[in-house]
Amino acid sequence: MLYISVPLGKLVRRVSRLRGGGSALPGLVVEKIDPGFMQRTLSTLPLGVAVVSGTNGKTTTTKMVVELLESQGLKVFTNRTGSNFTRGVAAALLGDVDWRGRLKADIAVLELDEAHAVHFVNRVPPRYSLLLNVLRDQLDRFGEIDKTAQLLQHIASKTTGTVVLNREDPRVARIADTLDGPEVRYFGLDDSLLSTFPNDDDLRAGPGSPLPAMPEKPHADVVLRRVGTDDADFEYDGATVTTGMKLRGVYNIFNAAAALALARCIAGNGATPTDHDGLLKALSQVAPAFGRGESLVVDGLPLDLVLVKNPSGFRLGLKSFPAGGYATMVAINDNYADGRDMSWLWDVEFDSLREGGVDQLTGSRAYDMALRLQYDDVAVGAVNPEIAPALAAFIQGAKGKPKRIFCTYTAMLAIRRELSKITTVEVVS
Amino acid sequence: MSKGTIRVLQLYPRDMNIYGDWGNALVLQQRLRWHGYTPELLEYNVGDEFPAGVDLIVGGGGQDSGQLVIQDDLLSRESTLKELAEAGTPMLLICGMYQLFGKFFKTRTGSVIPGIGVLDVETHGTDERLIGNVTVSSPEFGDVLGYENHSGQTTLGPGVRPLGSTPKGIGNNSKDGQEGARYRNIVASYLHGSLLPKNPAIADFLIRTAVERKYGSFTPGAPDDRYAVMAREHAARRPR
Repeated sequence: MLYISVPLGKLVRRVSRLRGGGSALPGLVVEKIDPGFMQRTLSTLPLGVAVVSGTNGKTTTTKMVVELLESQGLKVFTNRTGSNFTRGVAAALLGDVDWRGRLKADIAVLELDEAHAVHFVNRVPPRYSLLLNVLRDQLDRFGEIDKTAQLLQHIASKTTGTVVLNREDPRVARIADTLDGPEVRYFGLDDSLLSTFPNDDDLRAGPGSPLPAMPEKPHADVVLRRVGTDDADFEYDGATVTTGMKLRGVYNIFNAAAALALARCIAGNGATPTDHDGLLKALSQVAPAFGRGESLVVDGLPLDLVLVKNPSGFRLGLKSFPAGGYATMVAINDNYADGRDMSWLWDVEFDSLREGGVDQLTGSRAYDMALRLQYDDVAVGAVNPEIAPALAAFIQGAKGKPKRIFCTYTAMLAIRRELSKITTVEVVS
Repeated sequence: MSKGTIRVLQLYPRDMNIYGDWGNALVLQQRLRWHGYTPELLEYNVGDEFPAGVDLIVGGGGQDSGQLVIQDDLLSRESTLKELAEAGTPMLLICGMYQLFGKFFKTRTGSVIPGIGVLDVETHGTDERLIGNVTVSSPEFGDVLGYENHSGQTTLGPGVRPLGSTPKGIGNNSKDGQEGARYRNIVASYLHGSLLPKNPAIADFLIRTAVERKYGSFTPGAPDDRYAVMAREHAARRPR
């Protein structure tokens, strides 16, 4: 079986690619005929496996870690967007191994969905894990936010080397208390930036009400000290460095601190000494992953796509991108990949959109969004649940103005498809 | 000119809010304004002094861990909340607060968390999670639209009546096809978070009752419910 599983899997992969099929089928085939394939292949990597998980920012953070490690001369295997579960990892492996099943890489950096990661780490204990956050996302899948935290805890408990935790997220930071095997490292935020990351638990303690006292925070390897328009300050090794950033949005730049912390752990354990200048240079050049805070050019003017999946993400999106001078569209779908439950929109404050209003609302829950904005006294231009005509009307009506679209995941996919039909889309970053 | 002030109390917003409970408080606040009244939004958290002169109470959902945090404090407020309920204070109780206003919550492992017994209901923890879009057919409020996400299953005693039956969704438990509870001026429901925005009939019932109790009569304003109507139509068509 072992001798034919890889060639057969690669064949299925070729055929399904020719047919334009999904990425998971070849993974499914190889898993069926050779259940040990993924574990066996990954176990040959000299620096092991690093897992990135959490509610928000997995894709962009994984991309950052990969690029940071590549700047250190490492050959990195990773799973691309849309295949962040076990079968997807196996399928991605089939693309990278040679016909005899050998993977030429130093390390695998894998983005894993919280629930799927549990199955993965049971089979392949990672040497490193990076746990980003536990937000109120996808409760229609996990039931409770505390359940999501337990899933991350399980990933940490299976990690053999180093676990990197978000010091500012109480549910993630608390995981440290449950671990006695792996080494624990943290990434963190300057106190002055904490207010831009309202904690999910403090969503509605009401304006001005006192927050519960914070316990003393552990030392963080990398701390994000300041976020500028196109640069940021990080502190590590006792010094503060300023670096340019192509990424936009405070949340992305905070995740850069996470990526930096993990990459420094891995590079520090490697055979070659860490090239600090190379790390920073790579960080300054990381572009956002597909659809996540992308800047496009439409009709010669910028169009920003801001992915919003949960209250924290939406609030950060609103804070990160000032509303002034922009035409705004919001696209809210409630398909499975978006999360079916839309009541979280009521945990986002939309006052920042009050001055300019919102030009266009679309998506299957466009009227829920209209209702939400009405209760925050934000004027709404037009509402059309159909994305294609709504997008066309938005672009037509906002000629001469830069544009910004806040969108849920499946709405983002639809918008990207439509944009390329009605206008020339140039990806800037 | 304001027709009067209504004091709306949020119960335990710090520990018992999940997915948009703020929406309920915001809707009461804005609709009071749209009806010509002045809202005064208060909150009560664990250890606070209980405010006087409360006209309307809204209590949110929460995680199991949130219920544990507030449990003792809530029990210490049992007599105050019972008096307010018996006197006819309108209240909206969602999910976790619905359960804790009942007689008890018996967990899967068999331990019993006492409730304050305002509502004649009991709740049993299960391994099954009931999640999805819901439509409740209510004799008082018409179709009530929302989203449920709970593993506790609640059974009603003779002292309360259901909010309605569930043509779509599960509701109180997986057996009797009923959702929520009604007792005096209390509306209790598993439709979590933002129940009121898409169900202005319930919001206006709570407001009308609060105003009538305080000022003797209620003169409604004319809120613009266009978007609420459209959001309801679209929500009703979404799959479970």
